[in-house]
Amino acid sequence: MEQIITTLINGLSAGGTYAMIALGYTMVYGIAKMLNFAHGDVIMVGAYTIFIFFTMLGNPLIGLLIAVVLCMLLGITIERLAYRPLRGASPLAVLITAIGVSYLLQALAQIVFGADIKRPVFFDFGKISVFGLSIAVSTLITLIASAIIMVVLSLFVKYTRTGRAMIAVSEDRGAAELMGISVNKIIVITFAIGSALAAVAGFFMIWKAPSVSPTLGALPGIKAFAAAVIGGIGSLPGAMLGGILMGIVGAFSNSFEFTAPYTDAIVFAVLILILLVRPSGLLGKKRREKV
Amino acid sequence: MALLEVKDLSVYYGVINALKGVSFEVNEGEIVTLIGANGAGKTTAMQSVIGLIPSRSGSVIYDGKDITKMPCHKIVRLGMSQVPEGRRVFQELTVYENLMMGAYSVKASDASFKADIESIYERFPRLAERRNQIAGTLSGGEQQMLAMGRALMSHPKLLMLDEPSMGLSPLLVDQVFDIIKSINKDGTTILLVEQNAGKSLAISDRAYVLETGSIVLTGTGAELAASDEVKKAYLGG
Repeated sequence: MEQIITTLINGLSAGGTYAMIALGYTMVYGIAKMLNFAHGDVIMVGAYTIFIFFTMLGNPLIGLLIAVVLCMLLGITIERLAYRPLRGASPLAVLITAIGVSYLLQALAQIVFGADIKRPVFFDFGKISVFGLSIAVSTLITLIASAIIMVVLSLFVKYTRTGRAMIAVSEDRGAAELMGISVNKIIVITFAIGSALAAVAGFFMIWKAPSVSPTLGALPGIKAFAAAVIGGIGSLPGAMLGGILMGIVGAFSNSFEFTAPYTDAIVFAVLILILLVRPSGLLGKKRREKV
Repeated sequence: MALLEVKDLSVYYGVINALKGVSFEVNEGEIVTLIGANGAGKTTAMQSVIGLIPSRSGSVIYDGKDITKMPCHKIVRLGMSQVPEGRRVFQELTVYENLMMGAYSVKASDASFKADIESIYERFPRLAERRNQIAGTLSGGEQQMLAMGRALMSHPKLLMLDEPSMGLSPLLVDQVFDIIKSINKDGTTILLVEQNAGKSLAISDRAYVLETGSIVLTGTGAELAASDEVKKAYLGG
């Protein structure tokens, strides 16, 4: 029993990180109507930024703050230079551009930082005992921080003027413009928020597993994208649910010796199963049209 | 003085010339209607004027300003508002939130925002009853009321309505035209696009007839309603 709860907490914590990345995918998909496959590589840039400032200053938190700002700027720049000129182009053109941006960032990172894996070890708080369970402090902090971020983001979207404008743009771009909403501005804000979340996710990833390389963001990016699809791409609660589900399935798979080597395969098998039953994802909506 | 002056406006969709140098004007306080068959370019003209569709040539002067190349959201802030074809209310938002979106472009105090909402509820009592309902669950008529209320929230000087009577029951159609008249009486200039030529000519000061991207006829509402060509083509004999 204790083992199960510990695994569940580990899963929730990993899931929180996936969810933060998945939110970036799903928000950009919902609002800019595109798959930003360079999103995972924004995590990587964030992770390098944190690594550099951690080595210089010995404090990863300052690095995190700088990484958040830098990733926001990076996200905005990518949108401005690569995606905005393609507004109205075919979805395939945008998709291939996003993949191009992804490889560009990876290649640049390799030129600047080299291909070797950097191993920054942040403060290790060890483990604490919660209700008799021994849990790593980093796991707990990741879990709590991602929960707070998700709640704040949900409230932001539901109750602020900008948040409602985001819903309006995701539903009907033309009607949003007719309200006086600058669609371009809302898309920029969306990229900025998504990229900031990616930087935070990058921090938690390398805190848990200290390994920074140019391809750091590739697999988590794909997994988080899958999480967003499981939840129903375009849906914020869906991305959270999908991410958490993915974390939990992964954690349980990892806890058994005979399934651990196949964790990634199992996670994607779950994706396929869910999509077979619910093609638009768990919380994805089938749009109703009214004439 | 002309509040809106459209000169030689041409719009292309790819190689298709949807609007071939259209000119018309709307004076302050008027109700002006563009009538015409499906595909004549009425919606294209409306959307191009408000900046949703780029024009290739020609000019649009609104309130003395050249807005030809201005993006839609900036034009809206100048006091132009549109009820788009098919209503296009925000389906996932409540009635109240939709009206809030309508006020997005105006920086109003809380008090004046509340007063605005109340005046919309007064004009459309149905919306008051359904204020917390998700807009996607409203009937077609209610959605039309909501789209009109939403467009009024920004206090437009010029309100454009694109096929507001489409798909509504005869009773509701009459109601919609009554509301348009009353909005105009309260001081808002109206540009209307309609397939229902009879009803719209009846409330119009002036009207233009669009045919395959060009204006072929113009006159007062009464003149056009009496003209043989209009009778034959749009009024069923």
